Amino acid sequence: MSAPAAPSSTAAPVPAPAAPPVETMTVMVNGKTVQVPKTLPDWQGKPAPTTMLQAAKIAGVDIPHYCYHDKLPIAGNCRMCLVEFGTPMMGPDRKPVLNEDGTPKISRSVLPYEPGTPRGAIACATPISPGMEIYADSKATQQMRESVLESLLINHPLDCTICDQAGECKLQEYSVQHGKADSQFVETKVHKPKAVDLGPRIVLDDERCILCTRCIRFTRDIAGDDALGIVNRGSYNTISAFEPGKFDNNYTLNTVDLCPVGALTSKDFRFKMRVWFLKETKSLCTSCGTGCNITIGSREGVIHRYEPRENDAVNGPWMCDSGRLNYRWVGRADRLKQVLRTSADGTLQPISWNAAIESAALILTQAPQGSVAFVVSARQTNEELFLLKKLATHTGALTDAVPREGEPDRLLVSEDRNPNSNGVRLIGMAFTEFGFNLTKIAEGIAQGRIKTLVVFGEDVTQVGIGPELLTKLDALIVSDILPNATTAAASLLLPGAAHAEKRGTFVNIKGRLQKFQKAVEAPGEARPEWEFLHELVHSLTGHNGYRTIEGLFNQMATEVPAFAGLQWAQVGDTGVTVQI
Amino acid sequence: MPEPFKLILKNLDEPGFTPDIGCYQRHGGYEALKRALAMPARDLPDGKKLSPQEALREDVKASGLRGRGGAGFSAGLKWSFVDRRSGKPIYLICNADESEPGTFKDRQILHKDPHQLIEGMILSCWANDVKLAYIYIRGEMPVAAKLLNQALKEARAAGFLGKNILGTGYDLEIHVHRGAGAYICGEETGLIESLEGKRAYPRIKPPYFPAVLGLYMCPTIVNNVETLCHVKHIVLMGPTEYAKLGTPNNTGTRIVSLSGDVQKPGYYEIQVGRVTLGELIFDPNFGGGLKPGRTLKAIIPGGSSSKVLKAGEVFKLNRKGADGQMTKVDVSLLDLPYDFDSLQQAGTMSGSSAVIVLDDSRSMVQTLGNLSEFYAHESCGQCTPCREGALWLSKATHRLCNGEGRKADADYLTHIAQNIQGRTICAFGEAAAWPVLSFVKKFRDEFEAQGAADEAAQAKSPGTSSPKSSDPHSAAGSLQTH
Repeated sequence: MSAPAAPSSTAAPVPAPAAPPVETMTVMVNGKTVQVPKTLPDWQGKPAPTTMLQAAKIAGVDIPHYCYHDKLPIAGNCRMCLVEFGTPMMGPDRKPVLNEDGTPKISRSVLPYEPGTPRGAIACATPISPGMEIYADSKATQQMRESVLESLLINHPLDCTICDQAGECKLQEYSVQHGKADSQFVETKVHKPKAVDLGPRIVLDDERCILCTRCIRFTRDIAGDDALGIVNRGSYNTISAFEPGKFDNNYTLNTVDLCPVGALTSKDFRFKMRVWFLKETKSLCTSCGTGCNITIGSREGVIHRYEPRENDAVNGPWMCDSGRLNYRWVGRADRLKQVLRTSADGTLQPISWNAAIESAALILTQAPQGSVAFVVSARQTNEELFLLKKLATHTGALTDAVPREGEPDRLLVSEDRNPNSNGVRLIGMAFTEFGFNLTKIAEGIAQGRIKTLVVFGEDVTQVGIGPELLTKLDALIVSDILPNATTAAASLLLPGAAHAEKRGTFVNIKGRLQKFQKAVEAPGEARPEWEFLHELVHSLTGHNGYRTIEGLFNQMATEVPAFAGLQWAQVGDTGVTVQI
Repeated sequence: MPEPFKLILKNLDEPGFTPDIGCYQRHGGYEALKRALAMPARDLPDGKKLSPQEALREDVKASGLRGRGGAGFSAGLKWSFVDRRSGKPIYLICNADESEPGTFKDRQILHKDPHQLIEGMILSCWANDVKLAYIYIRGEMPVAAKLLNQALKEARAAGFLGKNILGTGYDLEIHVHRGAGAYICGEETGLIESLEGKRAYPRIKPPYFPAVLGLYMCPTIVNNVETLCHVKHIVLMGPTEYAKLGTPNNTGTRIVSLSGDVQKPGYYEIQVGRVTLGELIFDPNFGGGLKPGRTLKAIIPGGSSSKVLKAGEVFKLNRKGADGQMTKVDVSLLDLPYDFDSLQQAGTMSGSSAVIVLDDSRSMVQTLGNLSEFYAHESCGQCTPCREGALWLSKATHRLCNGEGRKADADYLTHIAQNIQGRTICAFGEAAAWPVLSFVKKFRDEFEAQGAADEAAQAKSPGTSSPKSSDPHSAAGSLQTH
């Protein structure tokens, strides 16, 4: 993965070895003197000479740009970041020439063949030098920006009204800041291909494209797929896929995020929703153990898209297509929405949550020690697993989780397709190898030793505990989100919430503990599992005090050694690293 | 009376001179190579020793040789920038992508005297510890590519190339790489990208200076065909004698490609600065004058991208007086010495030394239409100002050419061109902008008259055509085929 894996903070901060003092350089940005490091990480995280753009950022000045992206190789092609600058004048003795007041004399950059005209340098690729002055707001800089923007707009279709990028478009944004109200362009525009089917998930509008090549660089240098390129020449330059329609690697949708304009759009999202109506919620992808940070875009309880949220300790700014598009199930019509219990006649009947909790508490209280088993899911949050562990300990139950594996890739997709396997391990619901106890549980049921089975978020019929075994049980307490063979056999069914419908934490495959927030409401009677599990634990053990997710997490941190010392608030938006 | 001076062109147009190695050697070919490779280390006054390779590098610097490709940069200085401590191999590339409109000098060498180039290259490679070199040749010169490959084969067979050259232990291989027909491949970093098998997008500088991060991210020297040929003559003549050719700071000879409205268009080798623009056009040894009954209108002095000079212009030039003091002297267009510095002081450049002469039969509007169409076609499209600006300029000039101009178009063209120059990745931005800026500045009356006439015609019969109706490019679609 390209993103440096260095965590920004750790759970138990080890005193870092005294870092060598950072070598700095003094430059001036818009009249303000700043000390900046001589080198900063480049797109691969290797130290590289600090650029004017980075120095300006440190000084709190944002220099507009299209092609530059801190996680992609520098192209320098859009020219939007051109800035006027000056450097200390050197005398023939190679010493700085001073003004009368003793300050160094600055020579402003000018065109070598036209000394009256300022010459800009691209801030994204030009290294700073000692004493350099960057004029990010000067008249000349503004004029350069205006002219670049004018060039970008003359052949642009200006179809913002029907463009999916509207509202999050850098062309619009910079037009507000640097554009002109009317155009002096009186020629015919260049016409290029529209609605090009680049691949299964991507549509390209070449007329909107500003040819910044972010998509090409990402696909070639990050995804490792030389699938995109430019054909034709000059103003007729056109982004194209090597094989039309075959731009199909598992990272193509990142190019839609990277595209600063509306050229690349997602087939899944295009024409679905104006982006300014979307509520943004910080969350995590649950499709594998990497735990990519995401932003959920939802409106009125409906999820419309996932986008990667930058976290250099985990996913950088990227995520895979399969994870990104794995959200539809949250809104499926057949979601479990009712609390159900088997009635005397054997049919499932709706009951209240209170009755269900009472019923579950009764079953677990009456069950003899050793007659209960728990099969939990590594898709459950730490907080839920922590409460389930309390129940399991109280009943002396055998516990396990269900492994879920797939083919890994070289970028983000993990072999472990559960989002919280390490949470399961750290809380002690399963051993390093999941599934070790599943056989024992199956044997226990077959031999009549185990009479009560608690299943959270898994279909145990798929892992060796078939429907015929389930009929041998006295009680089958099941919580899940979608119906399956296990939920069908439940004697008590507790509808749970998808991650997007609740708050909680996961620990990823590298030991990054990360939290996620609630984007939408759970349907019907479905509730976040930690809420009703807390009630059940309270009924069973009398333990209380976890009415909020914050309180529950902080309590868990005092009891689970790996989380020792952590506070919910301290976890932040990008998580902390714990010992795994 | 000024005369051509044949140094590079000495043999190639002689009757019976053929491009094969036998003929070349009968004319003294590869003697410079033999001499250089047999040179001992050179003792310096301070007791230090210069290796023979270092000595040749110093000689090239001392000769004052300036690049003959267009920029006129000191060849010796360029060589001195090469990063020799990186531990990476050093490459040398001969830029034989001659494609600046009006320029046809390198092709003479490539077609008629390929061994002269190869000898110059071997010497330059040896001087710079280069083991692998390339000749990047314009795609439109298939015959020359064939001849070069044949010449390389002959040189290899004769022991001038390959392993252990002339028994000295020095190894060198040279490959010919053909371009695919794009002007931008002549830009040295675009050329390097193309040679690497990529689209010829010029690289950003910093950080990709060829002397440090060139071909395959290794130190690389890129020199023009003619420049490399001169190295052979510097070896033969010695730097001091060579520097006596031409004028101070503008040493040696240059091949001028003379075209346009003259009696005798062609290529003429001159001592740099010893012949004036007027002599190039009017002297019987060169252009032989204008066509009968015509008067001079303008000169494009250094390839189509150089700024145009107007007949009758007078320039202020720095001249060193007898007392050694610099004084400003008025020099008229026809008295301009044809060299690097005088043309630069006249606000233009000698570029690729292609002189295009325009007489009074030429419309400057139509001429600019031709030039700007070329630059719109050849813009690689990598960076915004040139990609969008070059075609914009072409469309605007074509409106003027097609009777759809406006009086305001003179300012309009200037505005567009000013937003290109100095803002692009490579010098193509200047190449596209300079013709426009200079044409409009110096022949503004012609552009305004054309625009005013078009507006008057429009006013008489409004609605017959709108300014937007002409797009010479999109209609034909010809540009999209490359």
